[in-house]
Amino acid sequence: MSSTTTSPESQPRLDAAPMIAARGLTKNYDDFRAVDGIDFTVTRGESFGLLGPNGAGKSTTMRMIACTSQPTAGTLEILGRDTEHHGPWIRAHLGVVPQQDNLDRELTVRENLYIYGRYFGLPRSYINAKIDELLEFAQLEDKRESKVDALSGGMKRRLTIARALINEPEILMLDEPTTGLDPQARHVLWDRLFRLKERGVTLIITTHYMDEAEQLCDRLVVMDKGTFMAEGSPAGLIAQYSSKEVVEVRFGSERNQEIVDKIADLGDRVEVLPDRILLYSAEGEAALAHIIERGLHPMTSLVRRSSLEDVFLRLTGRSLVD
Amino acid sequence: MATTQSAPAASTWRGASQLVVPSRVQRNGAWYVAEYRLRNLSKWWGAILAFGLGNPILYLASIGLGVGALVNRNGGTLPDGVAYLTFLAPALLATAAIQGTQDEVSFPLMHGLKWERVFYAIQATAITPLQISQGIMLTAMIRSVFTAGIYWAVLWVAGAFTSANAFLAIPAAIVAGMSFACLMLALTVRFIDSQMFLASIGRFVLTPMFLFSGTFFPLESMPLAARWLGWISPLWHATDLGRVLTYGKVIPTWLLLTHIAYLLVLGWASFTIGNRMLTKKMTG
Repeated sequence: MSSTTTSPESQPRLDAAPMIAARGLTKNYDDFRAVDGIDFTVTRGESFGLLGPNGAGKSTTMRMIACTSQPTAGTLEILGRDTEHHGPWIRAHLGVVPQQDNLDRELTVRENLYIYGRYFGLPRSYINAKIDELLEFAQLEDKRESKVDALSGGMKRRLTIARALINEPEILMLDEPTTGLDPQARHVLWDRLFRLKERGVTLIITTHYMDEAEQLCDRLVVMDKGTFMAEGSPAGLIAQYSSKEVVEVRFGSERNQEIVDKIADLGDRVEVLPDRILLYSAEGEAALAHIIERGLHPMTSLVRRSSLEDVFLRLTGRSLVD
Repeated sequence: MATTQSAPAASTWRGASQLVVPSRVQRNGAWYVAEYRLRNLSKWWGAILAFGLGNPILYLASIGLGVGALVNRNGGTLPDGVAYLTFLAPALLATAAIQGTQDEVSFPLMHGLKWERVFYAIQATAITPLQISQGIMLTAMIRSVFTAGIYWAVLWVAGAFTSANAFLAIPAAIVAGMSFACLMLALTVRFIDSQMFLASIGRFVLTPMFLFSGTFFPLESMPLAARWLGWISPLWHATDLGRVLTYGKVIPTWLLLTHIAYLLVLGWASFTIGNRMLTKKMTG
């Protein structure tokens, strides 16, 4: 990291300095501590994920990065400037996709993009040309003059993302980008986000979907109760905190607890959930075969690869999606 | 759904640092918010025009000419010794400006902070909450210029004005409208979560203010115990000021200055408090 490079006053730092640097970042709401002294940095072009259940502090962290909520304690620098004194300047370089779409329903699709461009002081000629590009990107060319109300959930989400790109942000922040969307709409969105990532846009994503985090994030933190439980790449976290494979067996909710002692020695670790037992093992099929050899016949069984869900369960003792 | 379309070519991606000039937004942000509000308003131009024209015409016909004919018949007791329509005109003008700005502040605030939360989308850009407040006020002012202008023209055609300075009643009405707009900013943000707020404003603020601000009869004819309703009402201060300007009503200089000061201080204090609450709400 070069600390000697200087940047013009009006330009964000384009050197290897972090895009985002947080130290001891804390946010209290009255007596409740939503974010509890977290440290992290994000570099240019990186796709950084905050993974955790509802109420973990992800959205609060996002709001502080978006400079719409001041930290109670700690420091937060974005593009080399502190968020406390340079909020509007920093926001001029961000694109924000909030958890809930806040499009203007009284305006058309085109007008929503147009007025958003104006908030960045962009010239009308630039915005009008950019709208065509963004409508194509969001696959909404046919809806240009439609009212927002006429759009499906997936279309609204894509429009919200397109809107956040009007200023060609250095950092695009997405808070639960695909919550509430059907699988097809999610895949279209992932495709669009992946293209932005390829272009070098830094992505900050919160999600409670493990598959989404695995698809989109280079690096992620597992967040719970306002703190970071672990940090790493999706594959690295799985390797560190889980086994290669998992055997899921169901013996019925009455018998799971009784069976667990009889199979615990077959894997590295065992978790009992209300409806099933998870046995962590490098060789899932072999472990399942041993269970059956012992005369225990599960009602259903499944051998699968470990996921971030397992990492979360290991770290917190709870499921991600309750 | 096709996923083969290409993203915008990388070469066209210049990045925000090349495109956005933060100082321009710092300078013009309030105007960008006003531009948005006017675009939104333009969807309702038919209703706004109909209300702007219909309201004065109906009032003139019913109260100014209808009730006025009765009042004028008792010539000896005419307030200020002028025709009833002349007496009534400045009050109607200020009321119209106040109603226009009230609409233009409370509904956008509910829309922006609660119903659709569009202000939170604006706040995610380089715009600040202060600029949102200012933009709302700018739009309210444009609306009050429009409303007061139409109203004044209708009254002028009807022969309501006798003074050459009558056009000054327009800026007086606009000041009253803006003062009330600032008050509405503070009240709407304060009571944004109340289900009853919008309905209550009409019933417990606008209507009593309209009735007890010396609108239809001189404030002095009300019992002393009830006159304070007029004294605290921006409408009374604006109406009395308007009467000085439109037919040369004679009032002491201190009272004239009090009218002006009251409207300015109410507006300034309300805006300061309202903006502070809005900023706190949006950045908490």
